[in-house]
Amino acid sequence: MHFDQFLQYLISGITSGSIYALIALGFTLIHNSTKLINFAQGEFVMLGGLIAISLYSAAGLPLIIAIPISIILVAIVGIVFERLAIRPLRNSSNITLIIVTVGVSILLKNVAMILWGRDPQSLPAFTGDKPIALFGATITPQALWVIAVTVITVVLLQVFYKRSIVGKAMKASAINPPAANLMGINTSNIVMLSFAMSAGFGAMAGVLITPISMTGYSVGGFLGLKGFAGAVLGGLDNPVGAVLGGVVLGIIESLSIGIIDSGYKDAVAFFILLLVLFIRPSGILGDKVREKV
Amino acid sequence: MLNVSGLNVAYGHVQVLRGISIYVNEGEIVTVIGSNGSGKSTLLKAISGIVRANAGEIKFNGRHIERNPAEKIVSHGISQVPEGRQLFGELTVLENLQLGAYLRYRKRGGSKAEIVRDLEFVYTMFPVLKDRVGQPAGTLSGGEQQMLAIGRSLMSRPKMLLLDEPSMGLAPIIIQNIFETLKDLREKGLTLLLVEQDAFVALELADRGYVLQNGSVVLHDTGSNLLNNEEVRNIYFGQRKTRGSQ
Repeated sequence: MHFDQFLQYLISGITSGSIYALIALGFTLIHNSTKLINFAQGEFVMLGGLIAISLYSAAGLPLIIAIPISIILVAIVGIVFERLAIRPLRNSSNITLIIVTVGVSILLKNVAMILWGRDPQSLPAFTGDKPIALFGATITPQALWVIAVTVITVVLLQVFYKRSIVGKAMKASAINPPAANLMGINTSNIVMLSFAMSAGFGAMAGVLITPISMTGYSVGGFLGLKGFAGAVLGGLDNPVGAVLGGVVLGIIESLSIGIIDSGYKDAVAFFILLLVLFIRPSGILGDKVREKV
Repeated sequence: MLNVSGLNVAYGHVQVLRGISIYVNEGEIVTVIGSNGSGKSTLLKAISGIVRANAGEIKFNGRHIERNPAEKIVSHGISQVPEGRQLFGELTVLENLQLGAYLRYRKRGGSKAEIVRDLEFVYTMFPVLKDRVGQPAGTLSGGEQQMLAIGRSLMSRPKMLLLDEPSMGLAPIIIQNIFETLKDLREKGLTLLLVEQDAFVALELADRGYVLQNGSVVLHDTGSNLLNNEEVRNIYFGQRKTRGSQ
């Protein structure tokens, strides 16, 4: 593989990896606050893209307004999801709740199919699609958007955790919920917030990726699994790890297209997922296996 | 100030507290002693809302709080230093202290300067915490962790502090140090309800004490009377002697 080819694969890997990272981030937020794997995570991505498309092409709103509205609406879907499906069952076993998230994902997918139909749809690129040359490879402006928004999101999230009392309360609630309760922290509101943020990040991923690879009612399952693989790779409890895991997964996937064959792209991703689960279930940056009682 | 009457708590089918009635007056130090499994910790948990009572009432300054969620009870001015410290181990000492003041940060019009002042107050009380502000709480020694747990609880500016076994697992010299601090806190106007397995230190400090057995109050008297009580001596001084000879 020549350097310029390698660079091209690297760029596209970082781009899709950024998307996986945003989705993976959503997995860690919910897992941290509830110890659940939310299998409806991918549906937030799908909804984010489709709602933005409707606001843009049907309602005629400019992208700069349609996108934030879409993210907010999906965050509200996340809140409703938590209030109606998770909270009433919070005393049930984890496996019950995880099955509930699978059920919600099927529900959302079918509602989307009825509302938006079966055809893939797209958004225009945010700022044109004239590729930019870079050391013999090219990068599209939309890919730059994807990477930049992901980086900014991750940085802001760290600032939120380090600087704001709510961010600290979120971490505290993940570490020791009863103790957080004794501090006066309403832990059930923290859980709701984590669902809202997680859904918002998913929607953000959906809006960013739609101009590149289109979207439709059925994209959630696969994107969700990729994000999950990224989160597991980096450590389900560690947001920074999850982001790293997502990006690494995207890069490996993309390079595998160049080295092996594009047909094995998804197989490579899930092969890595299995490998991590066998060898180091806590992920690259995760804690050593330590299940809290 | 605090009035608990006829309190019943059960975990599933196991009755842990049976009709407990205790009271604590403003400015008092009251201790609840008893052996393992007598229900002492459950009593504190019920007061701070972590555990729900099946029956009975808890009044704080005349207000019913037995149905309030834990976060609400903190806002009334009751703060618990839980058994085993329950610090946020991965967060720094400073972050732990700030979380103690969570409700004050969230309150509209709350003064950040006051919180900083209270941080300084905690540091003067426990100077070692100031040297460790940036360190993860989990890396502190047992005594330092207990100091941090007490400091964290004080950051909510409670009127009443509930302490669950603050002496647990600590060296005698550190226990003494911490109990001196508790005495100082009372001087400053704080009311204390202290649950202890080490009856000796607890009764020496306390104005009054309750002895719990199998979820019921079996004795209630002043601290010094309980120290001289035949029954209490039989249970605890024997234990004390063997411990001293080790």
